[in-house]
Amino acid sequence: MAKLVNRGNKATKTGFGEGLLEAGIANGSVVAVGADITASVGVDLFASKFPSRFISLGIAEQNCVGVAAGMALAGKIPVFATYGVFSALRTTDQVRISLCYNNLHVIIGGAHAGVSVGPDGATHQALEDIAMMRVLPNMTVLSPCDATQARLAVIAAVEQCSGPVYLRFGREAMPDFTTTEMGFAIGKAQLLHHGNDLAIITTGHMTWEALRAAYELEKEGILARVLNIHTIKPLDQTALVEAARECGAIVTAEEHQVAGGLGSAVSEVISKYHPVPMEFVGMNDRFGESGPPLELMRKFGLTAENIITACRKALERKLK
Amino acid sequence: MNQRSENGFGRLEALARSIRQSVIRSLAEAGSGHLGGSMSSADILTALYFSVIKHHPAEPTWPGRDRFILSIGHIAPVLYATLAEAGYFPKEELLTLRKAGSRLQGHPGRDHKLPGLELSAGSLGQGLSVAVGMAIAFRMDGLANRIYCLNGDGELQEGSVWEAAMSAAHHKLDKLCLIIDRNGLQIDGSTETVMALEPLKKKFEAFGWNTLECDGHDFRSLLSAFQKTRLETSRPSVIIAKTLMGKGIKSIEGDYRWHGKAPSKEQAEEMIKEVAK
Repeated sequence: MAKLVNRGNKATKTGFGEGLLEAGIANGSVVAVGADITASVGVDLFASKFPSRFISLGIAEQNCVGVAAGMALAGKIPVFATYGVFSALRTTDQVRISLCYNNLHVIIGGAHAGVSVGPDGATHQALEDIAMMRVLPNMTVLSPCDATQARLAVIAAVEQCSGPVYLRFGREAMPDFTTTEMGFAIGKAQLLHHGNDLAIITTGHMTWEALRAAYELEKEGILARVLNIHTIKPLDQTALVEAARECGAIVTAEEHQVAGGLGSAVSEVISKYHPVPMEFVGMNDRFGESGPPLELMRKFGLTAENIITACRKALERKLK
Repeated sequence: MNQRSENGFGRLEALARSIRQSVIRSLAEAGSGHLGGSMSSADILTALYFSVIKHHPAEPTWPGRDRFILSIGHIAPVLYATLAEAGYFPKEELLTLRKAGSRLQGHPGRDHKLPGLELSAGSLGQGLSVAVGMAIAFRMDGLANRIYCLNGDGELQEGSVWEAAMSAAHHKLDKLCLIIDRNGLQIDGSTETVMALEPLKKKFEAFGWNTLECDGHDFRSLLSAFQKTRLETSRPSVIIAKTLMGKGIKSIEGDYRWHGKAPSKEQAEEMIKEVAK
């Protein structure tokens, strides 16, 4: 398949904001709830275009979730976005009861995902949000890999879902390499690189790193299948089991705690249906810290080079 | 007719007596549940469903209906009894409370499709936010539906309630009415001992609310308070309804130990006789 190229760096939060605006133009029921940091999470585009469909609630995230639930009960499709550490973690009980137990179509945006948040440091780097959101019944969890996909993810969350959705995105400008034509089907893994030697299963910013790793390994004659999991829940079990069966070894890569995140989700499926050796690239039970985004990615082992190392380990275990 | 009907509220009083009997019967059958707060809120719910809110029990999802949000989920038995009394479902179903497969969950759950139930709730401090969201959405659409939300007083210790209170006043939600069942008790004892709420009226006034007080067991007082909230055009309203935990059953009135307790079948028989008088 055609090699994907970076058309230029762009933040997934920008894609989120553009998608929200588009979704809002297409569907008059879409409304947005703001918790003070509107521009920082990309909601300002929507808010300035549709001031009467934007409601400011201040730094009160628990209330924001409940208000969004009430608006959904009154027929709206509310989008509430703030940093993921707040929208998913501070409000978990409101998300669990007011949203998930009531099964309401509300889109929770989780900005500032991962250590690539950079200088703001550990308090603002969401690294446990996937783990918390994916265990809640009725919840859909989306984690787009670039700005283009983030744009499509918002539109899909509005048009393809009918219950609560958690949509995760990042702050830093990162490679934008997928195209609108590739579409966004909720619940479907996206094949980005063919290969049967092993599979790299990835999500979010790490998808670009996984592709870089696959292109490097290809030079040595190792063909890695790259699956982008933009939908963590519902997980595309068919594609995962197929990858395990056809490739025989799996590496997962995510900008999130390995415990509870994509790596856990994938191993829950693989261990049940087709166990194969697995290696996990991600945060290993620790907080992030301040620093330039790419330097932090290197420091915490979240680069193509780390994925390649993990691939070699997985291959070694596969061949034993 | 007995004396009570002479005040002009005989019909409501009779309904409240019937609702209280249903609550006791369903709790005794369930063997667990919250009697104290169900009894203190019984007159408030009677006033709401039989005199205040616009609704059609035969058409539970009628879009023009006012919304009633029960934030204090653990007094579900009195909501169920009131809905059954109003005709949303047969009263016999009240005896399935808390049982496997029942639509009458221990705390309200919409996933069980009980007609008339607007919100799944049970984690305290969340209902007012939902009510605020409904009020905002209806106003966006130019609709005049009113929203009523019932909170317990102990529940006001949850910080999220005050986030919601701030936002309701900020957005001038005049169609929103919060009712507080001020029975003064919670599981560990008096609210003023566990975590003081007073001066409660001043707190809501300071938050920018139209603040009213009433006797939560006197229909004249309750209906007059609800009437006043309808005259308000720029602020949300709160009615602090002074009530007695366990109201109607002398032996348990004001006893916090009955917050989360159900009567035995023998106790229930006596209680039913007492509240039927």
